[in-house]
Amino acid sequence: MTDTILKLDNLRVESLSGLVIVDNVSLELKRGEVLGLIGESGAGKSTIGLASMVYARAGCRITGGRVEIDGDSIRDLSADDRRKMRGQRIAYIAQSAAASFNPAHRLIDQVCEMPIEHGLMTAAEAKAWALELFRALDLPNPDTFGERYPHQVSGGQLQRAMAAMAMSCKPDILVLDEPTTALDVTTQIEVLALLKKLIRDYNMAALYITHDLAVVAQVADRIMVLRHGKMVELGATEQILLHPNQEYTAALVADRKASDKIAVEAPPEQAMPLLSVSSATGVYGTFKAVNNVTITVSRSETVAVVGESGSGKSSLARLIVGLLPRTAGDVKLNGKSLLSTLKGRDREDLRQIQLIYQQPDVALNPRQTIGEIIGRPVAFYFNRSPEEVKTRVAELLRQVGLPEDYAGRLSTALSGGQKQRVCIARALAAEPQIIICDEPTSALDQLVADDILKLLKRLQDDLGVGYLFITHDLGIVRRIAHRTAVMLRGEIIAQGPTAQIFSPPFHPYTENLLASVPEMRTDWLDEVLAKRSGAAA
Amino acid sequence: MRIFGYKPSLSAWIGILIIAIFLIIAIFADWIAPFPEEETVSATWDSPSADYLLGTDNIGRDMLSRLIFGARMTIGVALVTTILSFILGTVTGFLAAVGGQVIDQALSRLVDVMLSIPLLIFALIILSMFGSSIPTLIITIAVLDSTRVFRLSRAVAMNLVVMEYVEVARLRGEGLWWVMRREILPNALPPMISEFGLRFCFNFLFVAGLSFLGLGIQPPFADWGGMVRDNAKAISFGLPAPLWPAFAIAIMTVGVNLVVDWILSINSRPSGASAEM
Amino acid sequence: MFRTIAIRIVLGLLTLFAVSVLIFVSTEILPGDVASAVLGQGATPETLAVFRAELGLDRPAYTRYFEWFFKAIQGDFGVAMTNKRVIIETLEPRFLNTMFLAGYAALIAVPLSVGLGIVAAINEGKAVDKVANVLSLMTISVPEFFIAYILILFLAVQYDIFPSLSTVFADMSFTERLYVAALPAATLTMLVMAHMLRMTRTSVLSIMSQPYIEMAFLKGLSRSHVILRHALPNAAAPIISVVALNLAYLIVGVVVIEVVFVYPGVGQYMVDGVSKRDLPVVQACGLIFAGAFVGLNTIADVLAILVNPRLRNPR
Repeated sequence: MTDTILKLDNLRVESLSGLVIVDNVSLELKRGEVLGLIGESGAGKSTIGLASMVYARAGCRITGGRVEIDGDSIRDLSADDRRKMRGQRIAYIAQSAAASFNPAHRLIDQVCEMPIEHGLMTAAEAKAWALELFRALDLPNPDTFGERYPHQVSGGQLQRAMAAMAMSCKPDILVLDEPTTALDVTTQIEVLALLKKLIRDYNMAALYITHDLAVVAQVADRIMVLRHGKMVELGATEQILLHPNQEYTAALVADRKASDKIAVEAPPEQAMPLLSVSSATGVYGTFKAVNNVTITVSRSETVAVVGESGSGKSSLARLIVGLLPRTAGDVKLNGKSLLSTLKGRDREDLRQIQLIYQQPDVALNPRQTIGEIIGRPVAFYFNRSPEEVKTRVAELLRQVGLPEDYAGRLSTALSGGQKQRVCIARALAAEPQIIICDEPTSALDQLVADDILKLLKRLQDDLGVGYLFITHDLGIVRRIAHRTAVMLRGEIIAQGPTAQIFSPPFHPYTENLLASVPEMRTDWLDEVLAKRSGAAA
Repeated sequence: MRIFGYKPSLSAWIGILIIAIFLIIAIFADWIAPFPEEETVSATWDSPSADYLLGTDNIGRDMLSRLIFGARMTIGVALVTTILSFILGTVTGFLAAVGGQVIDQALSRLVDVMLSIPLLIFALIILSMFGSSIPTLIITIAVLDSTRVFRLSRAVAMNLVVMEYVEVARLRGEGLWWVMRREILPNALPPMISEFGLRFCFNFLFVAGLSFLGLGIQPPFADWGGMVRDNAKAISFGLPAPLWPAFAIAIMTVGVNLVVDWILSINSRPSGASAEM
Repeated sequence: MFRTIAIRIVLGLLTLFAVSVLIFVSTEILPGDVASAVLGQGATPETLAVFRAELGLDRPAYTRYFEWFFKAIQGDFGVAMTNKRVIIETLEPRFLNTMFLAGYAALIAVPLSVGLGIVAAINEGKAVDKVANVLSLMTISVPEFFIAYILILFLAVQYDIFPSLSTVFADMSFTERLYVAALPAATLTMLVMAHMLRMTRTSVLSIMSQPYIEMAFLKGLSRSHVILRHALPNAAAPIISVVALNLAYLIVGVVVIEVVFVYPGVGQYMVDGVSKRDLPVVQACGLIFAGAFVGLNTIADVLAILVNPRLRNPR
């Protein structure tokens, strides 16, 4: 018995079309050790996680390298033996628990299935062990929790149930693939704490895959940074956070740290705001998605609206543009009241407020060229000749930092960040006074998102446009927002200059929200938990 | 060679070849056919010979020539029907998707009811009223078939309408027509093209089936379904006469299906069943 | 859940009602009514008027509709115009014959095609799948009468195994009926099997690409266990609708097959009615076919609700 439990040696994974997804990655994992795999999308981190179970998704093939678990070379085993190794010695926790549980079976049956099928436990033993795990994972009513179906429990609970499922065979190694990414921040911290405890209590070895440095800092002993399927850097967590050796790692760390402090001062409030929403309410059926909301945006000002999913922040945007009819209150642009619905608003009103969306992929028509996409608002609002439109498009492309010859391309050929730049150019083409940004950087990789934020900031300085910036990410708020509004269940519960919102006295919800955002140091989680248990005692 | 930027598979090439040959036969029937469409040239059900490559039919007409003229009639009627059905179905389907609740509900409920009557049964009911002239036949089948096209185009457009780029266009103040033409249609085309192939096959078989029942294209025009009906009795003498036109129908449909299959496979991805384990 | 089912059944009944309206409208109210259809273009206005009065066509459409509808749901479809026989007396034995043929074919086709569809899906891309794919594509592409005549040519004419005409009589024994109807049933089976197989395969494949199936594989469960326990329970609902859709298709396929084999069923009766422009017969047969179609779809939807775990176990 060696100390090394998992060893990957020159692992190589390619797609069927020959694209290299994982390029000669080697790693070693000791018993009881947690290794964080970090990288942007397309870095190959999930593929490595799955490949360590000798599993490749449809369309991919493991084309080279060794995978050893406790000294046994797994790729040399028969298909049947490989199958038996999965779950028993190495188990997987996926990002989306809701999709990973079979909707047709009770939770307890899915949790107990593995040890029974592998012939490790009798049904009674498996159930007893499952209940113990439910208890260890702090699930409500652990004795009856398993009787429920996946769609009957919340996302955070489901994620914990999946951890129980992974532990059901008492494996040597856990592969955790972004286990908290799909959760809201306040739920994330609970699940993170329980996973950490689980790993520690049962002395597990784990691969922890995530894109968030601050999250991985809380659980990992060592961190491996990946990019484009290659290893960039491997080191102890402290070293990576404090003294990164590689430029790429340093950029990631610096960028993540930048969101820990407030960057902009609130300008003095202006007498005549561009956009003012007063006591507005909007409903879906009987559900008040926006409830009595008052908020203003002035020239050259960024107002952030923060809240967790379902807090009504996107509904507020829809209410302002008229997609969600308001049932009470008023929305004024330059002092002029806007119609409740989109239908009937005149072209000038429409032009003044533009939107930028979260998913640039679906915000751009894949069958139109960039030139058509950006040129249309120019032609539509300003009645320009095709020649003038062309010049204006080139100017706009330059403004958002894209080459002019992109005008002839289709958006499908662009990267996520470039697509978002096109969306911004399209919004600017209307020469609006207000741009509503609905989570414009959430779907982007960290460094790309950073560039987009800088671009938005520069455009504001140049053009004086006002932003209503909707986000769930408090780091972004700190970096760009002059003023901030916190939303909860359709209402604004706190509002003011960002610095004021982020310093005591807090609204209790804001405080909880703030305390839940992981910080870039290894002892943050333990500290928060200690504080909480202290407060509870 | 590439088509729409994709390389057809071998089976797709076979399909393309079949369709091309049949279309050429249909268009140049007058030049290709060795005998006129309606002329009795020999005895009933002659065996294939050097003069009559596929023998003769129930009243002594040359089978091959009838098949060649039949290609024009059968393919032509099916094609016109499918085009009409597509125009009708696509316009109403898009309208339902972007035109708001009231239009959508009205159209969708009507189509639901129409779809609750099997197509053949509905067609029979209408043909029993109007008799089967070629225009009646085409309009009837096109209207009935357009309900299927409506279903698909509405579903496709519904998926596109929720796309944010469509919302952007609406927020910009674009009109309904522009949104339909510029934002939705180009993106709806790929699924609609393969559906066109499938609907063509369906209508083609449908027209042939009606003619076979004696309720479709009427004599003296040659059409494949009717030719099967005319020569049906030959089968009990062990003669293959009705199989020739039936075979022609089969080959044509196989050809279109092969191409459709290829188009569908372009957009499909391997499922989890083929993961490496 | 019972509420959902009740709503679905009421919806089915409403559809049936709407269908009857549509059938009535297409035959009675569209321009060129029954009288002109029967008498042809040579009829003088006077004879038309007399004939209309005789048929009761001079009364308002809605009174005629309700009269027809309420009689129809009691089984009274009136009298055939051509031979003056009471329709229901001809229709009833023919309906039973058609149900016999359809049921015969369904009993063979459903288990076979669902089974093969599942086999093809879980062996995606392998030889079995490819062979099934090509064969079913061929079968879908050929007209029903082509299959029928090929079967007749080989199994009835060249080797005298089965009769080429499927005439059944009232006093025939069950086994005799099975024998006589073997060829039409075989044709129908092949016809719906191809569609059903392909659609079953597609629905199982879409389940196989769900994340919970990947999870099941990552749990180290055997392939057969994953398919039987994780894939099939979720594939049940789509497979049920596939089966229902194809049974409905089978009902329509019956029409052509009955004509080929001269099998005395509703389909043949209807085709006869259409060529003789016997509208009451056409209406009656149309209503029977549409009723069976709507009924099947309703049953399928109810079954799909019953197997859906989310609806069975609400939050």
